[in-house]
Amino acid sequence: MAYSDKVLDHYNNPQNVGTLDKSKSTVGTGLVGAPECGDVMRLQIEVDDATGLIKDAKFKTFGCGSAIASSSLATEWLKGKSIDEAIKIDNMEIVEELNLPPVKIHCSVLAEDAIKAAVNDYRKKNGLEEMKFEESLVH
Amino acid sequence: MLQLPIYLDHNATTPCDPRVVDAMIPYFTQSFGNAASRNHPFGWQAEEAVDYAREQVAKLIGADAKEIIFTSGATEADNLAIKGVFEMYAQKGNHIITCNIEHKAVLDTCKHLEKLGAEVTYLKVMENGLINLEELEAAMRPTTILVAIMYANNEIGTVMPMKEISQIAKKHGALVFSDATQAVGKIPVDVNKDGIDLLAMTAHKMYGPKGVGALYVRRKNPRVKVTAQMDGGGHERGMRSGTLNVPGIVGFGKACELCMNEMEKDAAHTSRLRDKLDTAFLSLEEAYLNGDKEHRLPHVSNISFKYVEGEGLLMGFNKNIALSSGSACTSASLEPSYVLKALGLGDDLAHSSLRFGLGRYTTEEQIDYTIDKVSTTVLKLREMSPLWEMYKEGIDINSIEWAAH
Repeated sequence: MAYSDKVLDHYNNPQNVGTLDKSKSTVGTGLVGAPECGDVMRLQIEVDDATGLIKDAKFKTFGCGSAIASSSLATEWLKGKSIDEAIKIDNMEIVEELNLPPVKIHCSVLAEDAIKAAVNDYRKKNGLEEMKFEESLVH
Repeated sequence: MLQLPIYLDHNATTPCDPRVVDAMIPYFTQSFGNAASRNHPFGWQAEEAVDYAREQVAKLIGADAKEIIFTSGATEADNLAIKGVFEMYAQKGNHIITCNIEHKAVLDTCKHLEKLGAEVTYLKVMENGLINLEELEAAMRPTTILVAIMYANNEIGTVMPMKEISQIAKKHGALVFSDATQAVGKIPVDVNKDGIDLLAMTAHKMYGPKGVGALYVRRKNPRVKVTAQMDGGGHERGMRSGTLNVPGIVGFGKACELCMNEMEKDAAHTSRLRDKLDTAFLSLEEAYLNGDKEHRLPHVSNISFKYVEGEGLLMGFNKNIALSSGSACTSASLEPSYVLKALGLGDDLAHSSLRFGLGRYTTEEQIDYTIDKVSTTVLKLREMSPLWEMYKEGIDINSIEWAAH
C-alpha cells in the first residue's frame, strides 16, 4: 500500500513528540487504543491558565505510519485552540488532510478519541464536568 | 555500489535464476509443442523436456520420476493431496491430523473437508513452533487416514521433525503428507529417509518460475493414490488433467538441479548472513527471536522488536528494503499473524515482528545496510512509543486497563 506524501512527511518528521508533566493541573492526558490492536496513542495538552488556550500539545504513538501521522497532525491542530474548539476536531478532517485510505480510518478515530480523552482529563483535574461523547462507530 | 531496493522477502517468492530463464526460453517459441501430442516432433520434444525435468525434480527429493505430478503450484498440490486422499481413502476413515501453523492452503482445505464429513485434529505447536510428538501419537485414531504436517514454516522458518512424525503415522497406518514449499531446495529433503508419502512443492520459492509446482505421490511401500481434483484429458497418470506448462516445468526442473548442486553453498552463504542479522538485532534491548533457533531453515529469521509496531517499523525503510511483517494492520481484521499467535506470543509481540528472508543473491553489503536501517528505525520509533516509555518507567503494560477497541 502506498502512503500519501503527507503521511510520509509526518512519519519522517513527526511534530510534537514528547511528554508533558501529567501531574500538573494544566495538563490533560488521553491514552487510547490497546497494544493487542496494534495501536496505542497518548496525546497531551497543556492549557494556558490566563487565556484558556492550548499552549502546548505532545504525543507518543505505538502504531502504523498512519496512526503516527494522525497524532502528529492532531497536536499541530490543537495548539492555540480552546478546549471547546479542540473537541470539535472531527476524525474525517484528519482523513481528508492525510488522504487516509478506508483501512486506516480507525487511526483518525483514535486521534479524535485521544483529543477527547485529553480534554476530559483536563476538565476532571480542574473541577469541570466531564463531557459525554458518543461511542465511536469505527473501531 | 549498493543497489536499492534490497529484496529480503525470499519466503514470499524468489527471483528466477538467469540459468533457469535460459533453459525455459526455447520452449516458448521453438519447442512450443504440447507434451501430449504423441504423433509429431513438436510433441515429442515437449514430452522429452518434461520427462527430463521430472527426473530433475524427483532427484532433488530422492523420488522416482514417475512419482512426480506437475501442478500449477503448491496450493494446488496441497489441495490435490488432502482432498485426493480424503476421497480415495474414504472407506478406511475420515480423520485427518494437521497443525495450527500450516499454510492457509492446507488449513482451509481441511476446513472445507470438515463440511464434507472429515474430522480434523489441529495440533497446537509448542512455543518453539514445533509439534509435540506425544500429542501426535495421542491424536492418532483407527480412522486416521492422513497426517499433514508442513516441512518448514513460511513465517518463522522452523523445520518439523518429519522422520519422527512419519514413524508415528506409519505405526498407526496413516499416510504422511508434507507441504515442503519452503524447505525443498533449501535443506536436504528425502521422501524415503523422511518417510513421506505425499509432498507439495513449488518452483518460485527456489529460483524457478511462478505458476508451476508438483505433488510427489509415492508409488511403492505403500502405493498411494489420490482422486483427481481436475477432470479432463487424464494427464499426469490421471491425477491432474490439463495441458502441461512445458516452459514452466523445464524451468522448475532446472531450478531443482541448481538447488541440488548448490544447496550447501547457498545454505552456508545465507546462514552466515542470517546469523549476522540475528546477532545484531538480538543485541538490541527487548528484541526476541520467534521460533526454534536450531531447527530452522538457513535463510530465515523472524524477530519481534517489542514496543514498536511492525507496519510502522516497515514504513521507515520499505522503500529500500523489502520485508514482511507479522502485523496485519493493513487488513481490515487487525488480527496479527496466526502463526506467531500459535507460538503463544502476545498480540503486542506478534504486531511487532519482522520476517527476514535471505536468498542466493543477498550480499553482505545489503545485510549491513539492513542492520543499520532497521536498528535506527526501531530506536527512533521507540522514542515515539508510549509503551516503551512505560516499560522504561517500570510500568507493567498488562496492568493497564486498555479500552476495548
